Amino acid sequence: MTLIGWVQIALVLAAVLAAAFPLGAWIATVLGGRRLALAPVERALYRAGGIDPERGMGWKSYAIALLVLSAVHFALLYAILRLQYWLPFNPQGFAGMSPKLAFNTAISFVTNTNWQAYSGEAALSNGAQMFGLTVHNFLSAAAGIAAAGAVARAFARAGTGDLGNFWVDLTRITLYVLLPLALVVTIVLIALGVPQTLAGSVDAITLEGAKQTIALGPVAFQEAIKLLGTNGGGFFNANSAHPFENPSAISNILENWSLLAIGFAMPIAFGRIVGRPRDGLALMITMAILLAAFTLALYAAEAAGNPLLHALGLPGGNMEGKEVRFGIPLSSLFTASTTATSTGAVIAAHDSLTPLGGMVTLVLMQLGEVIPGGVGSGLYGMLVFVLLTVFIAGLMVGRTPEYLGKKVEAREIKLAMLAVLILPLAILGGTAISLCTASGLGSLANAGPHGLSEMLYAWTSSAANNGSAFAGLSADTPLLDYGLGIAMLLGRFAYLVPVLAIAGSLAAKPKLAASAGTFPTHGVLFATLLAINILILGGLQFLPALSLGPLAEQFAMLAGQTY
Amino acid sequence: MTVLAQIRPALTLVGVSTLALGFVLPLGFVGAAGLIAPSQAQGSLIERDGHVIGSALIGQTFARPDYFHPRPSATSPAPYNADNSSASNLGPTSKALIDRVRTDIAGRHEVPADALTTSGSGLDPDISPANARDQVARVAAARHLPAEQVATLVARSVRGPFLGIFGEPRVNVLRLNLALDAMKG
Repeated sequence: MTLIGWVQIALVLAAVLAAAFPLGAWIATVLGGRRLALAPVERALYRAGGIDPERGMGWKSYAIALLVLSAVHFALLYAILRLQYWLPFNPQGFAGMSPKLAFNTAISFVTNTNWQAYSGEAALSNGAQMFGLTVHNFLSAAAGIAAAGAVARAFARAGTGDLGNFWVDLTRITLYVLLPLALVVTIVLIALGVPQTLAGSVDAITLEGAKQTIALGPVAFQEAIKLLGTNGGGFFNANSAHPFENPSAISNILENWSLLAIGFAMPIAFGRIVGRPRDGLALMITMAILLAAFTLALYAAEAAGNPLLHALGLPGGNMEGKEVRFGIPLSSLFTASTTATSTGAVIAAHDSLTPLGGMVTLVLMQLGEVIPGGVGSGLYGMLVFVLLTVFIAGLMVGRTPEYLGKKVEAREIKLAMLAVLILPLAILGGTAISLCTASGLGSLANAGPHGLSEMLYAWTSSAANNGSAFAGLSADTPLLDYGLGIAMLLGRFAYLVPVLAIAGSLAAKPKLAASAGTFPTHGVLFATLLAINILILGGLQFLPALSLGPLAEQFAMLAGQTY
Repeated sequence: MTVLAQIRPALTLVGVSTLALGFVLPLGFVGAAGLIAPSQAQGSLIERDGHVIGSALIGQTFARPDYFHPRPSATSPAPYNADNSSASNLGPTSKALIDRVRTDIAGRHEVPADALTTSGSGLDPDISPANARDQVARVAAARHLPAEQVATLVARSVRGPFLGIFGEPRVNVLRLNLALDAMKG
């Protein structure tokens, strides 16, 4: 590790936190429903859709609206992927996807996961990227933020079933938050060298006389929303490591900022909506400290490098799978950021990380994507941990727990535990089943403990809706296309529905005034307790699996063992 | 009943989004990019003698001794296949990785890390300044040029970190080799 490496990481994180305050305030305003500049556009959309913007929804209606949107959009994307050969903007004449791959990909984008069992430039037309994937990047991100808004309202309101109108939230988040940010980031990315063209590829004759076909496309716009919406699905197979997606250190800083910005703004927005800014700030600081700690751990592991290569005469940090223009510090920061949010874009090959570096990425996803997590989903995931934390704190002193004036009772805790248990069920169950089948074992690219890590990573990434991969894994098999598809669905919706149910039950409760016995939820004690709860509840259940994968590989590496 | 009531809003918003975010804006940006940054929008292509010889952002294969060589590339079926980017995805305890490096290092010591490792994209256009300096003697000998002259060219080709802080110093291999070709020997 170097001082300049630390400085780079610190400056990017500082820029994210500085932006979180104005951006969070703005998101709170947008979710607050105040009339804004594009009101005529909103009105036209509501009229066309038969939406009554004044009509609030109970938690069930809100959940149903979100599920119906997802189902409709899934069906459209599945059709686009299957039929892309006949659709416009297909200069390379790519054939339609197979049913299993289209199923997997459509679920992947509708759940904001963006797991990719295909190679973008070798399988998808410019058209499918534009009017298929890019649109999903906007709507799945907006749906997540909308759901977080509904949960925030549950804490702000009392004695009501009304969580807001999903369609209004979806429209306003897209129009006023995602779109303006995406427009600015797109223009900057184009200026920095990210292509935006309808050409499919161009042929060059290299200086040594060989032919090089260079894949191109409308990359910049998709790149911008892919990061801002914590989606992560790359235009190219190599994702943001590809020089056309991320040409320089400057573009990389912008992209790293983009994928963290809304996630860190959400707790600030939450604090504003519930009228308790300090409580929102406490959540943001908890997220920031945990992310910084994991980033430094990852940086330390990658900077220490691979002793097996050192022994051969190749000193220094681990550069396998990394780009020269980014170097180890920025690669480490992006790698931690993309797994701590549910983005899953990569600028370095995660499969080639050192064992401990790879373990950090696994842990960050297994914590449930809450530091800061995906846009919206990170906040409501964090609030689940908050409820469990005040519950445990309440048990310790023998008082009924409360958070922001809401009594937290058996129903909420049962629903919270239901949500929390989805991840271990999908991750550990899926990994175990896959590793017991010939098909699963046949997908592994690396042998030994690293092979186990590869499969564990695939199920973790899918269930946590991250989408990055230990990409050596051959993922386009029936087992993994369908299995991981189901894991993505569970990770998104089997988590979201109990969370909205919690919101429904909290909104109905009265808001109690704080008393001398109320546990303050904006101080250091609470933040510490919350962080410990995240680490124990989120992390401990995966420790046995991690010791068979990355931990075993670390000891093997130190002992000079290869596979 | 509630489900049915949500279908019209869903169809409307998905339809309008697909039109606006999937057609109008991306196509608008294609047009706008042609105005604000035409070269970048088309992939930062470099032409010499009237034909495209590559992209400034995309690495290409150099194997001849009179050119600077890029990093190894893991794309398939051939290295630097810009039509299908890929990393090696070899883990740190992979025998294939260790054997590859052992073969490539061929008994040398203290080799710059980027010289024998593959990049995340397989298309890395850059090498480290140390890697470039290590190749000066070979290139100069193959071109019958004084080593100092080639070393000076390398030094001039190094691009520093952004603002002196972000990223790593690097040398773009294609631009360096173009400059070599342009040099009067």
